[in-house]
Amino acid sequence: MSDATPTPTATPERPQLPAQSPPVDPAETAVASGKAGSTGRLSWWRGDGGDGAKRNLGLIGVLAALIVVGAVTKPELYGDPNWVWNNVLAILQLASVVGVVTVGMTFVIIGGGIDLSVGAIVALAGVWCTTVATQEFGAGGMIFTALVVGICVGLVNGVLISYGKLVPFIATLAMLVAARGLAASISNKQTQVSSSTFINDIAARKVLGIPILVYILGAVVVAGWILLNRTTFGRRTIAVGGNPEAARLAGINVRRHTMFLYALSGLCCGIAAIMLTSQATSAQAAMANLYELDAIAAAIIGGTLLSGGRGTIVGSLLGVIIFATITNLFAINGLSIEAQNMVKGGIIVAAVLVQQFQYKSFTRLLARNRVTTAT
Amino acid sequence: MALPEDDPATASAEAVAEAPLVEAPADTVAGEVVLRLTDVVKTFPGVRALDGVQLEVRAGEVHCLLGQNGAGKSTLIKVLSGVHQPDSGQVEWRGEPATFTNPQAAMKAGIATIYQELDLVEDLSVAENAFLGHEHRSFGFVRRGTMARHTRQILSRLGHGEIPPGRMVRSLPAAGKQIVSMARALSHEARLIIMDEPSAVLAHDEVGNLFRIIRELTAQGIAVIYISHRLEEIREIGDRVTVLKDGRTTAANLPARDTPTRDLVSRMTGRTIEYVFPDRPADDPAGADLLQVEGLTRAGEFADVSLSVRAGEIVGIAGLVGSGRSELLETIYGARLAEAGSVRMDGRVLRPGVGAAVRAGMGMAPEERKSQALLLGEPIYRNVTLATFGRYARLGFTDAAKERAEADRIAESLELRPRDVDRPVRTLSGGNQQKVVVGRWLLGGTKLLLLDEPTRGVDVGARAELYQVIRALAAQGVGVLLVSSEVPEVLGLADRVLVMREGRVVREAAAGELDENTVLDLVMAGSLMEGAPA
Repeated sequence: MSDATPTPTATPERPQLPAQSPPVDPAETAVASGKAGSTGRLSWWRGDGGDGAKRNLGLIGVLAALIVVGAVTKPELYGDPNWVWNNVLAILQLASVVGVVTVGMTFVIIGGGIDLSVGAIVALAGVWCTTVATQEFGAGGMIFTALVVGICVGLVNGVLISYGKLVPFIATLAMLVAARGLAASISNKQTQVSSSTFINDIAARKVLGIPILVYILGAVVVAGWILLNRTTFGRRTIAVGGNPEAARLAGINVRRHTMFLYALSGLCCGIAAIMLTSQATSAQAAMANLYELDAIAAAIIGGTLLSGGRGTIVGSLLGVIIFATITNLFAINGLSIEAQNMVKGGIIVAAVLVQQFQYKSFTRLLARNRVTTAT
Repeated sequence: MALPEDDPATASAEAVAEAPLVEAPADTVAGEVVLRLTDVVKTFPGVRALDGVQLEVRAGEVHCLLGQNGAGKSTLIKVLSGVHQPDSGQVEWRGEPATFTNPQAAMKAGIATIYQELDLVEDLSVAENAFLGHEHRSFGFVRRGTMARHTRQILSRLGHGEIPPGRMVRSLPAAGKQIVSMARALSHEARLIIMDEPSAVLAHDEVGNLFRIIRELTAQGIAVIYISHRLEEIREIGDRVTVLKDGRTTAANLPARDTPTRDLVSRMTGRTIEYVFPDRPADDPAGADLLQVEGLTRAGEFADVSLSVRAGEIVGIAGLVGSGRSELLETIYGARLAEAGSVRMDGRVLRPGVGAAVRAGMGMAPEERKSQALLLGEPIYRNVTLATFGRYARLGFTDAAKERAEADRIAESLELRPRDVDRPVRTLSGGNQQKVVVGRWLLGGTKLLLLDEPTRGVDVGARAELYQVIRALAAQGVGVLLVSSEVPEVLGLADRVLVMREGRVVREAAAGELDENTVLDLVMAGSLMEGAPA
């Protein structure tokens, strides 16, 4: 308590503490907005996480390599631009249903959880919306039913996990079994044919030469990207997954948000159920088998951290497309599904290994460049 | 303790060898320079962490490293322990140029490091930890008996023969864990032991024991590099001091006991400041009651606590770790559920939950920065706005530009270094991370700030800055409830002080009416010394 130290507010060279409310001083606001202008523009293209964008370049490289493999093994097909275009559309269509599920899965994993029940939710929503009773309400009723079933099952997951304090792995594993059981009992183990031409046309029709399913995937991906990178929901997701305790002590309702994440995943499953039902013009309890594996694998390949707090929608999309491209590659070369699965398993491991290595060296390289620009 | 370098000629290897407390390497000569760093430089992305470090450590001395957070102490430790390799400059180890390409190499050469966050495996036994990585074994089987015997020998040399080698490390108190870390260092026959803030995890009386062990080690010719923010400790245990600032050695080999505090601090900060607190305002600034806590109770943590904080007032809670003070703070904040009693803000009873507390105008800087407050991989601005990003958002869409601008304003007013708000929080030093946590609550109309150990692991310079920030907030009408284990901090900063012991408030008084000894007596009275190894 010496006289040598003046009170802080009186020290001339020390900047004043910020006022408690946002500044009203016009000069200060001008500075703030001037700065905001420059940084604001920057953030639009790099918002999906600076490092994430770089990781995604690696995935595009993998995709390019797969295309090269295809071109080498089947040069006669890849020589025909028409065939190539149609093949690209086929790959995207193949990726569309799992892609929609993966967007929801990405949110759950970034939020620090995991959802093993997605395939089962797709089956249950698909079966429920194709029952005779539901079909009486027409296409609108079917879509509504599929979405509501998806959201409700997701909510059950979410409530069990956030308020019942079950481990996500266990809660969604139980739901995986239970939802398929319920789907089988509703459908009486029969395949339920969809008689709605509107629903069946979704998969059959193209707009401007591109299948409607691909548009749906695009819409879900764009919505997911905006939700993750431009909304408070996305910020809460990253905070809750990155450090739940810090999020809680900052006043974020971690439990409620966790519940919403599973409901979001359920909603995506509902959308996927309609798409899949449309593709098969029917639904059955065994549909969407092992989708949970495909979705989790795609998210991980896309750079989503399994422990939560980091991940990108674009990366997940690329993960799904890479998987679809591999399937397509095997199909045009006439190889078996068994071989496909083995290769897919290897690719999951390889992708993660390569990415860990690549990520580290990349950040180091990036950092080194920043040093020179900073000084 | 005489400085070993006073008369190196008389200190012979034989003289060392006849004191068998610790098996000192036989060829160690007290006073001989064991480690010499010349112009060591280490750069990281965006930072020149070490920018010309000189350091000379002699056998048998306690060499203290002083420096603010971010001065490069941690990096220097990591260079010495082989975690990082210097970009340039020379490391001379026992007279020969050395490069430690990995931690194992440094260990083998005889440099052991005891980190601040002890790097023990909690679910292994004491003996397994002591010999982790170089177990006694034959044919691939660990020889548990030999290891246990050897561990017991080392422990009794350290004066803690009572710690059973078979005990799980998890069940030991912090002081016991530190002993195990030291046992590990000795199991490697270390010639140089680096201790990074060893006293930070210890209770008052355990520090004395630590010093006794350090003296015994140095008597054996082992050199110790001792890092601490507490000047009193450096005075007591240190022989020589090297001061770092901004990655550079600003003073080398100052005598630890006789160098005036003012000199040391000015070398660390580059300006002449004292370890002082901002003046209290002359007139009583406190306004209406802001927070009223009545009869708050949580079984086993605290009981029947009543207190109030007025607008513009700083209330300090003094108490030992385990006195229930952190738990009390978290309960007021709604992070723990009260079993009895009430918390009122502005006269209204708070509903349970952190959300309600934040909406009512509370903010908290928790005890553990990294695990409780920060998203380490996220940029600074997102950490600053973690509690407020919703307020800048429109219809749920965040406003990153506005958030950056606000965070930048906070960074400027708190003199955050570096100022780049897009940098991940991980890359900041402890003091600057704390500024980010406090800065979070400077946004968005916080009326009451709860601070739990706001200056833990924060250096003298940054501390003074934080004190000023806290006082300035109070001057703006913010109420502050402060918890600290450092009694001078509570007495110097707070207007009113509550002393807690074993979950109860045992004294409440204006800060001016209490002195350090009174408070220490109150805090310790009747309580068993916690943390004593069983």
